[in-house]
Amino acid sequence: MKNSTKILDEDRRSFIKKVLKGTIAGSLLLVIPAGGNALEDIPAQIPGIRDKEWDMSKKRFAFIVDITRCIGCGSCCVADKREYNVPDHNYRTWVERYLKDFDDNIYVDCPNGGLDGYQKPREDLDVPIRDTFFVPKLCNMCKDAPCTQVCPVGATFTTPDGFVIVDSKRCVGCGYCIQACPYSVRFLNPVTKTAEKCTWCYHRVRKGMLPACVNVCPTGARKFGDLNDKESEVSKILSGPGVITVLKKEMGTDPSLYYIGARREVI
Amino acid sequence: MSAAHDTVASLANYVFPNDLHVHWSLMIVLYPYITGIVAGAFIVSSLYHVFGVKQLKPIARFSLLFALAFLACATFPLLNHLGHPERNMNMMLTPSPTSAMAGFGYIYSLYGMLLILEILFIYRPTMVALKAKSSGFMRGLYTILTFGSDNVGPKSLALDHKIISFLAAIGIPMACVLHGYVGFIFGGIKANPLWSTPLMPVIFLLSACVSGISGIILAYIIIKTFKKEPIDFECVQTCLNYLAGFFIIDFVFEMLEIFSHGYLRTEHWHMVDGLLWGNLYNTFWVGQVYMFSVIPMFLLGWVCLTRVHDQVLKVVASVISVLLLLQVIFMRWNVVIGGQLMSKSGRGYTDFIPQWFEKEGILVALIIMICPLIILYILSKIFPFWLEGEKTA
Repeated sequence: MKNSTKILDEDRRSFIKKVLKGTIAGSLLLVIPAGGNALEDIPAQIPGIRDKEWDMSKKRFAFIVDITRCIGCGSCCVADKREYNVPDHNYRTWVERYLKDFDDNIYVDCPNGGLDGYQKPREDLDVPIRDTFFVPKLCNMCKDAPCTQVCPVGATFTTPDGFVIVDSKRCVGCGYCIQACPYSVRFLNPVTKTAEKCTWCYHRVRKGMLPACVNVCPTGARKFGDLNDKESEVSKILSGPGVITVLKKEMGTDPSLYYIGARREVI
Repeated sequence: MSAAHDTVASLANYVFPNDLHVHWSLMIVLYPYITGIVAGAFIVSSLYHVFGVKQLKPIARFSLLFALAFLACATFPLLNHLGHPERNMNMMLTPSPTSAMAGFGYIYSLYGMLLILEILFIYRPTMVALKAKSSGFMRGLYTILTFGSDNVGPKSLALDHKIISFLAAIGIPMACVLHGYVGFIFGGIKANPLWSTPLMPVIFLLSACVSGISGIILAYIIIKTFKKEPIDFECVQTCLNYLAGFFIIDFVFEMLEIFSHGYLRTEHWHMVDGLLWGNLYNTFWVGQVYMFSVIPMFLLGWVCLTRVHDQVLKVVASVISVLLLLQVIFMRWNVVIGGQLMSKSGRGYTDFIPQWFEKEGILVALIIMICPLIILYILSKIFPFWLEGEKTA
C-alpha cells in the first residue's frame, strides 16, 4: 500500500516537472525568434526584388494571358478565392467560356465565375459548335485608370510600381469606381463594405512571389513579370513578333494586362 | 426555326459576373432628384429677385424655403447608400482632385451657406417685426437669425437689398453648377454608354428646373387651398409659362440624346437600343416619354396658349405639376438604374426590382422624400411663407 502511494507521488512529481519544463521551453520558443525568415525556404519567383532594395519606380510589371493555352480548369479562380477569402458571387478574377457556331454567333457563359472549372460541355445550346475557347479576366491595371481618377477620397490609387490598389481603410464605399471600371473587375465587398478588386497579388509580388493565379496555372496561360527585366518571359513575349492585344482599347485606359490569341469577339 | 432562334438569343444574354448586382440603387435615384428640386426652386426665386419677374413675387420667398428644405435632405440618400457613412467627411478632408464626385461636398456646402444667407437677409425686416411680437425661445431665435440687428431704416434696407441681389445673382450660376455637376457625375463615366454624353449635365440641369418649378406650383396650390387663402393665378400662370419653356427644351434634349445615339450607331448603340426597347421599355417609353412628357406637353400648350378659367387652371396646373414631377423621377430612374442594367460585357442585361423593406428600399425612399416636407413645415413656423399684407400680392 505504502509502496504504491510512493510510486504515485513520484509520478506526480515527475509529471509536474515535465509540465514545468514544457511550459518554459514553449514560452522560450515563443519569445526567442526562430532565427530565419520563412520566405527563405521558398525560392524567389521574380528576380531582383527579394534580395535587394529595389526602386519601385524602376519596375514595370505586366500580366499576359495566353488564351490559346487556357483549358478552363478554374484553378486560378480557386487560388484567388482562397488567397483573399472572396465572398461568394463576387469575383476578383473569373474565366469565361466562349462558343462559336457556324454562323459566327458567339455564346458566352461563366457559371459561378468559372470556379468549378468547365468540366462538362454546355448543354443548353442546340446549335453545332465550331470553336470554343476560354478567356480569363482580371484587373487590367490600367496606366490611366478610370477607377483611380474617379475615387473621391483617393482610396484607390496607383503605386509607383504601377499597381492600382484600394486602401480599404479609406474607402467610403460609394461605388463610383465600380461604375467607372470598363472591365467590371470591381465589386463592393459585402462584408467590409468597401470596394475590392484584383491586385495582381501585390503582397506576394513585393516579396518576389508570383501572383497566386499565375502560380497555380497548370498550362502557363497566365504570365507575370517585369518588362524592364529583358530576360523575363513577359518582356520577351511583348518585344517579340506575336500579336498582342488589350481589352477595350477604345476606352483609352492603357492596360498593363495583355492577351495573346484574343479573338475579335472578346470584350 | 424562329423559336429556336429566340431560345438562343435569350441564352446569349451574358452579363459579367460582377455586373449582376446593381450597386447604385433607389438612393442614387433620389439624390439627383432632390438636388434638382433645390436648383429648380432657386431658379424660380431668382427670376423675381434678379430678373425682376414681378408676377412671381408671391412665391419668391417661399421657393427659397422650399429649396432649403430639400437641400437639407439632399445628403440623406447618399449617407444611407455609402458603405462607410462614418467616413463621409473624407470627401472634404482628403478629396481626390481628379474625382468628379469629390467636389460635391464643397459645392453643396457653399450653396447651402448662400441659400441660408439669402433667406436670412430677405427675412430680416420680417423677423425684426416678428421678434417684437414674440417672446421666450422664439424671441431668442429671431435675435440670432437677425444677427441682433433691429435696424430696419431705409439705409439699412437698401444695403440688405444690395446684398440680396448679389447673393441671388451668384446663386444662379451656383444652382446651375450644383445640378449640372450632378449630371456630370454620370456624364463623366466613359464605361457606360448611356451616361457618357456631354448632354448629360444639360439634361440634368433642365430637368432640375422642371421638377423645381413643378414642385413650387404644386406646393403653392396645395398650401393655399388647404389654408383656404386666395391663389394668385397670375403667378401660377407665369410659373406655367416658364415651366413650359424649360420643359420644351428639357424634353427636346432628352430625345436628342437618344436620337443622336441611334443615328450615330456606334458599337454601343445596340446595347442602349436593346435596353430602351427591353428592360426600360415601360419606364422610358411608356412612363417618361408618353405618359409624363407628351400628356403634360399638350396640357401646357392648352393652358399657356389659351385663356382658361381660374378654377380649371388650378386643377390643370396641379395635374401638370404632378405629371412633370413624375417625369423627372422616371428620368432619374432611367438614367441611374437603366445605365447599370447594361452589362459592360456588351452582351447582356441584368434587372433590378426595388424591395420595400431593405436598407435602400422603397420605404426608406418614401421616408426620405417626406423629410423635406416636415422640414418645410418647421421652417414655416420660423419664416412665414406669406405675410398678412401680401396675401393678395
